[in-house]
Amino acid sequence: MQSGYSSRSAPRGDTAPPARGLAVRLHLDLPLLVGLLFLSGISLVVLYSAGEQSPDLIIRQATRLGIGFAVAFAIAQIPPRSFQYWAPWLYALGLALLIAVLLLGEVGKGAQRWLNFGLFRFQPSELMKIAVPMMAAQYLAGFHLPPRPRAIAVASLIILAPVLLIVKQPDLGTALLIAGAGGFVLLLSGIPKRLIFSVLALLALAMPAIWYLMHDYQRRRVLTFLNPEADPLGAGYHIIQSKIAIGSGGWFGKGWLNGTQAYLDFLPESSTDFIFAVLGEEFGLTGILVLLAGYLFVVSRGMIIAIRAQDCFSRLLAGSLTLTFFIYFFVNIGMVTGLLPVVGLPLPLISYGGSSLVTMMAAFGILMSIQTHRKLVAS
Amino acid sequence: MKRPNGADRNAAIHDYRDTRIFTVRAISGLIIVFLLTLILVARLIYLQVLSHEHYSTLSQKNRVTIYPVPPIRGLIYDRNGVVLAENIPTFHLELVPERIHDMEATIQQLRRLIAIDEEDVTRFRHDLERKRSFDSIPLRFRLNDEEVARFAVNRHRFPGVEIKAGLTRHYPLGPLMAHVVGYVGRISEADLKRIDAANYRGTTHIGKTGIERSYESFLHGKVGYQQVETDVLGRQLRILDQTPPLSGQNLHLTIDAHLQQVAVDALGGENGALVAMDPKSGEILALVSTPSFDPNPFVSGISATEYQALRASLDRPLFNRAIRGQYPPGSTIKPFIGLAGLELGKIDKDSTIFCRGIYFPEFRSQRPYRDWKRHGHGHTDLEKSIVESCDVYYYELAYRLGIDRISSFLARFGFGAPTGIRLPGEGRGILPSREWKRRNRRQPWYPGETLITGIGQGYMLATPLQLAVATATLATEGVHLQPLLVRTLESPDGSRTAQHAKVINRISIIDPYNWSTVKHAMTQVVHGPHGTARRIAQVEYRIAGKTGTSQVFGLKKDEEYDAEKLAKKLRDHALFIAFAPEEKPRIAVAVIVENGGSGGAVAAPVAGKVIDAFMRSKGE
Repeated sequence: MQSGYSSRSAPRGDTAPPARGLAVRLHLDLPLLVGLLFLSGISLVVLYSAGEQSPDLIIRQATRLGIGFAVAFAIAQIPPRSFQYWAPWLYALGLALLIAVLLLGEVGKGAQRWLNFGLFRFQPSELMKIAVPMMAAQYLAGFHLPPRPRAIAVASLIILAPVLLIVKQPDLGTALLIAGAGGFVLLLSGIPKRLIFSVLALLALAMPAIWYLMHDYQRRRVLTFLNPEADPLGAGYHIIQSKIAIGSGGWFGKGWLNGTQAYLDFLPESSTDFIFAVLGEEFGLTGILVLLAGYLFVVSRGMIIAIRAQDCFSRLLAGSLTLTFFIYFFVNIGMVTGLLPVVGLPLPLISYGGSSLVTMMAAFGILMSIQTHRKLVAS
Repeated sequence: MKRPNGADRNAAIHDYRDTRIFTVRAISGLIIVFLLTLILVARLIYLQVLSHEHYSTLSQKNRVTIYPVPPIRGLIYDRNGVVLAENIPTFHLELVPERIHDMEATIQQLRRLIAIDEEDVTRFRHDLERKRSFDSIPLRFRLNDEEVARFAVNRHRFPGVEIKAGLTRHYPLGPLMAHVVGYVGRISEADLKRIDAANYRGTTHIGKTGIERSYESFLHGKVGYQQVETDVLGRQLRILDQTPPLSGQNLHLTIDAHLQQVAVDALGGENGALVAMDPKSGEILALVSTPSFDPNPFVSGISATEYQALRASLDRPLFNRAIRGQYPPGSTIKPFIGLAGLELGKIDKDSTIFCRGIYFPEFRSQRPYRDWKRHGHGHTDLEKSIVESCDVYYYELAYRLGIDRISSFLARFGFGAPTGIRLPGEGRGILPSREWKRRNRRQPWYPGETLITGIGQGYMLATPLQLAVATATLATEGVHLQPLLVRTLESPDGSRTAQHAKVINRISIIDPYNWSTVKHAMTQVVHGPHGTARRIAQVEYRIAGKTGTSQVFGLKKDEEYDAEKLAKKLRDHALFIAFAPEEKPRIAVAVIVENGGSGGAVAAPVAGKVIDAFMRSKGE
């Protein structure tokens, strides 16, 4: 595996030498950085309104974002080869922590997700959001693409082991995200289309079994999604209220700080999972399109970085992380607009708080590292 | 520089292919991302442009809040209409976390007005973590009038804090019915898993034990909703629309509270249990376990110290002996074994066994088996064996029958299986057999164990309820009913549904005359000159009964040595089963007095008083 790697990691001759600006020397990718700063700006503006103009909330969110950017910058300094080297160790550590969580983790709101280290609490599933695609990419990069059936099977095992442990916590949302991140590595590695469609068909057939295995609260969410009016005060309340907020926004919205739904407390979780509804109400379709443009810009930049990366590992990893970011905002917006069931994912970079913010910024740090450590080689 | 060789060229080809595969996939991925985003945009156009007017109107009207209106819990009555569980109006203090900026300060300030102890706060915090921020969470229950007034004056200082009027469950008869009716308590995490949360919105309490728990779905009712117009501060202006809640159903129990009281008095402070049932209908007339406890503190949340005291008490007041207590039936099992002997042809009505007060089994045995009467009963037939409770007769009969036949015959009377009464936590007792011992003790069955099973000792255990059901089955000559606790369900509209006991089994025996043989012998226990329970005989009607005294096993290691207590704890349990009148049974009773000593002297009078009260109330 190691010998195969060294020959293929040779730089591609056809790449144009990247501009060696100050940004690159600091290992920063300017387009990505601009995109992220733009989204962070939107976050602070919308939060100010959603959080009833509490300066406290804004300061705390700005601090969190600051920490996130610092983490991204720090990680960007590490060359991708180190990630490749450390991937198995990181993955093993993550698995060990997940098992530890199941054995001695803390229970909060009916699920066991946290490890308490005295000073701080840590959610090992956050680590796995990066460690799983990294490990899958590292493993598949040891072969030529497309991977053989055996390699696909082993990679699937690598992905499924932590996913099952997280399902057991139970944290279905995160488990699906991680399965997605690992799945994207497989998809990008060029596994046969037939396989993709068979798996999709199989999943569709397995629906009844999955339904049977679900927890009551999960079933209720699905039922509520199908018919929110059935429980107008419970889970259905969120969706009904957020649709009212968004729908009443119209083309241009009611204007900043003029939204009524969040202010009058009709919209619950208005600063966290349902912040999109506040944006929709106050800035209308125009504001939403601006946000979506920002997201698409970041995703596109991520995919460009992936395509231009110089080795298989970096490509798979960058591609997977970027597509996972897409899943975040797609699922959140889908859920707030009533297209998807409520699964409790924040709107990435916009929602208040969330330990996932740091993880997400770490992923962007990796993307920057991949982009800025490319070797300058002309043929 | 190395000359490019085959391997290097291969690598280059692979490299190119890898890159191409990835690029194609990555670009397809990006295309899918754009397509999916387009779906989002389409959805947003639908919401914000096409349905804008609709949602805009809704948003204007969104001064309207929907509140759940919990249903009124059904009442519980005894068979004569005496109220056993009612709802009394009370006030409690509730907080809406979302509207409170500094929770700590608010609680501190509230404490200056209203007594709030640590336990209230702990429970409140526990709820706070689990409920949504816009849910109203109770901090203190059952405020008194003064507290209500004091808060009302200071109300403006506490946005997000409200006094809610509500109904609190109350059990007017307190300890008397606690083991039957049970109690409600605040809904816990565990409860949430077994209920439909939507229907319990606004409900704070749920049945925890007894009938309150087993009939929860009937008692609770269906939640209603109220649309209320509020101003910006959340003050309610007017009710726009409402779906009224559907109250729960009222239950009319089969229990006679008066008879229940007679039974408690008759037990006279001893630890014990009594079950009385109507053998014809299967209705439970009294179900008593002493000591009992007051269920009312459990409703508003019993304090930890109080609860601990109840749990730690050696008399175990929380333990429902009538359905969960498992005791060796002792000699009360003899009529059933005797019937088995007749039925299976091992004895007949007049055949005798000579009792010398000691029994040497045919198989090799380490020890002889003794009768309770030292010098024996002499020539003993079936009637005498029941009337005088001769042990040797039953050693011999059990030996002739064998454990497996005994076991399968007793099973027909419901021994070794739950009776199916609708109360949570019923014990099933133990009906030993070879198979049972192999499975549970991993040991073979020893013949000596058959002998002591014949006198209701050894492994065999039965609950007082099981004994009552078996006695009723004997009284009705084989109609084995599932005991019934609720006679009538009364819907809020006043319509009533009568409940009937399920017939579990109709025991058919070869010679129906055998029933009367055994029943007549039991009548002689009370009315015969040598009967072990002759002291309870009445002139007006004839009681058939059987006394029992069952041995209590030694002390547990960790129990403290207390001379007085010890002596009491080592005393035998006193048992008595009976039905009356003999010819047309209307009541069947099983009594156990823990460590009471002799069944005839201690347990029989208890049953006697209950039967007498019952017969008198029937005016006969």
